[in-house]
Amino acid sequence: MSMSLTELWAILGCGVITLASRVLPFAFVKQVNMPAWLIDFLTFVPITIMTALCCQSLFVANPGHLATLNVANCLAAIPATIAGVLTKSLLMVVVVGIMAMAVIRYFSIGG
Amino acid sequence: MSPSLTFRTGVRDVLPTVFGYIGVGLAFGIVAHTSHLSLLVVAGMSFIVYAGSAQFIITSMLLLHDPLSGIFISTFLVNSRMILMSTSLAQYFRHESLFKNLLIGTLVTDETFALAMNKQNKTNGKLSFAWQSAANLVAYLVWGVATIVGAILGGMIADPTRFGFDFALTAMFIGLVYLQLISDRHLGLPLQLMVMIFVAIVYYFMIGLMSQNFALLVATVAGCLFGMEMKKCR
Repeated sequence: MSMSLTELWAILGCGVITLASRVLPFAFVKQVNMPAWLIDFLTFVPITIMTALCCQSLFVANPGHLATLNVANCLAAIPATIAGVLTKSLLMVVVVGIMAMAVIRYFSIGG
Repeated sequence: MSPSLTFRTGVRDVLPTVFGYIGVGLAFGIVAHTSHLSLLVVAGMSFIVYAGSAQFIITSMLLLHDPLSGIFISTFLVNSRMILMSTSLAQYFRHESLFKNLLIGTLVTDETFALAMNKQNKTNGKLSFAWQSAANLVAYLVWGVATIVGAILGGMIADPTRFGFDFALTAMFIGLVYLQLISDRHLGLPLQLMVMIFVAIVYYFMIGLMSQNFALLVATVAGCLFGMEMKKCR
């Protein structure tokens, strides 16, 4: 159980930076009437961020070259998506996804 | 997901996402353990910084003895998407007091944001302080505990990915994006699909040129602008 001074500063500094990124927009939106174009822009944030977060796990970055597919993740995504279409339940998507990945790892498919 | 917005419903709604937190939290604890971070540092990061991907980056930068300034800049860049998410989410809480707004903002994450956006599709665009706080608090505690357990178990588990738990987070986002797609009647299915394809293409080309987190930001902003233009043409 120890913490160096650098670690302490890293935690406190990064804590403040992260907190500011999260909290200041709430203070801003509460106080200021946002222009219509900004509200319009923000209506697309949920679908775009969630899509980009999915892409982060489905693509593998190769700096300087085109990206490739993360084959194991893409394969496991198929049954997970089907589970979503059939059940519309987040829990089922997660459970089926984990099971699919366990099977893929067991047979060492997709590297 | 029911339209109810009580604290209790919040706890129930957030439960499916908890698997993602446990999987990634354990993984972070294990990485931190192998990077020789003490339990105190792991707890400090999870409970004070509380930012999944940033924590991995801080850990590796500490290990490489990078300067604090570099660690701060990286953390800001990785978390800059939170500015977008918070601005988006805050619109649903303008009727609440400033203090409550700040409390909600303090614990917002990718997951609780995405969950809230799914929820408001079921409640005619309404969210409550009680519901959001429940989701935020459960996520916060589960993350913190999972990372500490991971750090303690770190030496014992040889390969935690063997059971597929690392895929929980990806599966969760797939589920959330699908539910968003079918339930956001305001934007509609064709427009959302076009925006999704556009984001994927931009992200695909950008990750060869810049860091993943920066590519995520560029793809998100480009996707929003693209969506705005497409909506005008409709």
